[in-house]
Amino acid sequence: MIPASFEYKKATSVQEAISMLGSEDKILAGGHSLIPAMKLRLNMPTGLVDISKIESLKEIRDNEKSISIGAGVSHATIANNPEISKHMPMISEAASMIGDIQVRNVGTIGGSIAHADPSADWPGVLLASDATVVIANAEGSREVDIDQFFTGFFETALQDNEIITHVRIPKTAANANSCYVKFVQPASRFAIVGCAAAVEKVNGSVKSIRVAFNGVGDNAYRATGIENALKDQKLSAENIGSAASHATDGIDVMDDHFASENYRSHLASVFAKRALSRL
Amino acid sequence: MSNQITIKVNGKSYTREVEGRTLLASFLREDLSLTGTHIGCDTSGCGACTVLLDGKAVKSCTILAVQADGATVKTIEGMAENGNLHPLQASFKEKHGLQCGFCTPGMIMVASDFLASNPKPNEQEIRESLEGNFCRCTGYHNIVLAIKDAADTMSA
Ligand SMILES: Cc1cc2nc3c(=O)[nH]c(=O)nc-3n(C[C@H](O)[C@H](O)[C@H](O)COP(=O)(O)OP(=O)(O)OC[C@H]3O[C@@H](n4cnc5c(N)ncnc54)[C@H](O)[C@@H]3O)c2cc1C
Ligand code: FES
Ligand code: FES
Repeated sequence: MIPASFEYKKATSVQEAISMLGSEDKILAGGHSLIPAMKLRLNMPTGLVDISKIESLKEIRDNEKSISIGAGVSHATIANNPEISKHMPMISEAASMIGDIQVRNVGTIGGSIAHADPSADWPGVLLASDATVVIANAEGSREVDIDQFFTGFFETALQDNEIITHVRIPKTAANANSCYVKFVQPASRFAIVGCAAAVEKVNGSVKSIRVAFNGVGDNAYRATGIENALKDQKLSAENIGSAASHATDGIDVMDDHFASENYRSHLASVFAKRALSRL
Repeated sequence: MSNQITIKVNGKSYTREVEGRTLLASFLREDLSLTGTHIGCDTSGCGACTVLLDGKAVKSCTILAVQADGATVKTIEGMAENGNLHPLQASFKEKHGLQCGFCTPGMIMVASDFLASNPKPNEQEIRESLEGNFCRCTGYHNIVLAIKDAADTMSA
């Protein structure tokens, strides 16, 4: 299968990439979502602006209070970063569970969240981590809180002619006590249900908590029902069990050939329990 | 819409004109006649097309040839040296890690990346390393044995 013809344009800087982007063009990062779609002719851009050679997008920066991960950093590089694993273990866990060795070597975190596949791992994990998405455009740059970033089925707050440059994840006590669990679709390893949780405890009680799912609804979401049920409570098996029953509150749960709506809802509460019991 | 690219494949440098849409797998097979790299699913699922791009295993059916401009590629044809099979090739032969052989180049290329980062893996880790590679014949058992055997030889 061969994609429809297009013009290939290699960018060496973010500003150059923005200036190269024509109205029917697309950005090419790892290509591991875009190229399969182009082979199926679901996507037929007239040009591809390749940002995969832009060095500044491949940096992981350890700031005092946060870690910035460049949009062009591969899943494999994230999985192997010791600082990330120390300060935000769910980020490392998610990275190491994406696809397979080959996909992790090429696919990028920026490409994944721009694509916003409801079954991808990064959307839920970044929601749970309270991340900020930093975006460059012709005017300069802007920041979008992760809670405002995913707007619908394969939809985000990104405008045309904008490029994600990095995501910034705070080094919070909750992120230091976090994990990601998923029920995989065995062929692709995408999430049928993925649950990310980050909990800060003080004297054994939950001080702050963020729990998010991907694979379950039309896009990744925060399970505020679970969060509210556990705030100021102990993470006892009983409390976790009753909180987990709120996993899909208010969510239009997906129903497809991998899992029915009922089964997926059940899995969501099971995986919430599994994640929270580890924290 | 042609682009000139220079890629070093198995130690030899090639400069060619390619269309933007030419996939690395087709470039290797059709432009360079290196047909050891197989195309199985052509949809990034089966791993038969795996090659090393700058030392890292990638699915060449999902990489544009232009993206490999300036890079170093290793395919199954580059594994044997001076007429001696690479330890992975020797172990696949010895342990019957193949039947029809269609998946074998991809299995060997991903295993070579995997063993570079994990030289002494256990069986579970080997099985996980093959997540992106399908074999329709062997049931994987002898592939896992072959990779273990090669790991033992290579780290001896
Ligand atoms: C076999 C297989 C298995 C997979 N399994 C999983 C899995 O288990 N979990 C999972 O989460 N994912 C999985 N993926 C998806 C993989 O992680 C992709 O790599 C990722 O979703 C997209 O990243 P990319 O760098 O390849 O982006 P590309 O394919 O290059 O781009 C994707 C989209 O994002 C846009 N884009 C890219 N970068 C930017 C940027 N910086 N700013 C703005 N827009 C941008 C592109 O224009 C395009 O529309 C799998 C993919 C394959 C092929
Ligand atoms: S042919 Fe490339 S993954 Fe199957
Ligand atoms: S040996 Fe036939 S597909 Fe693996």
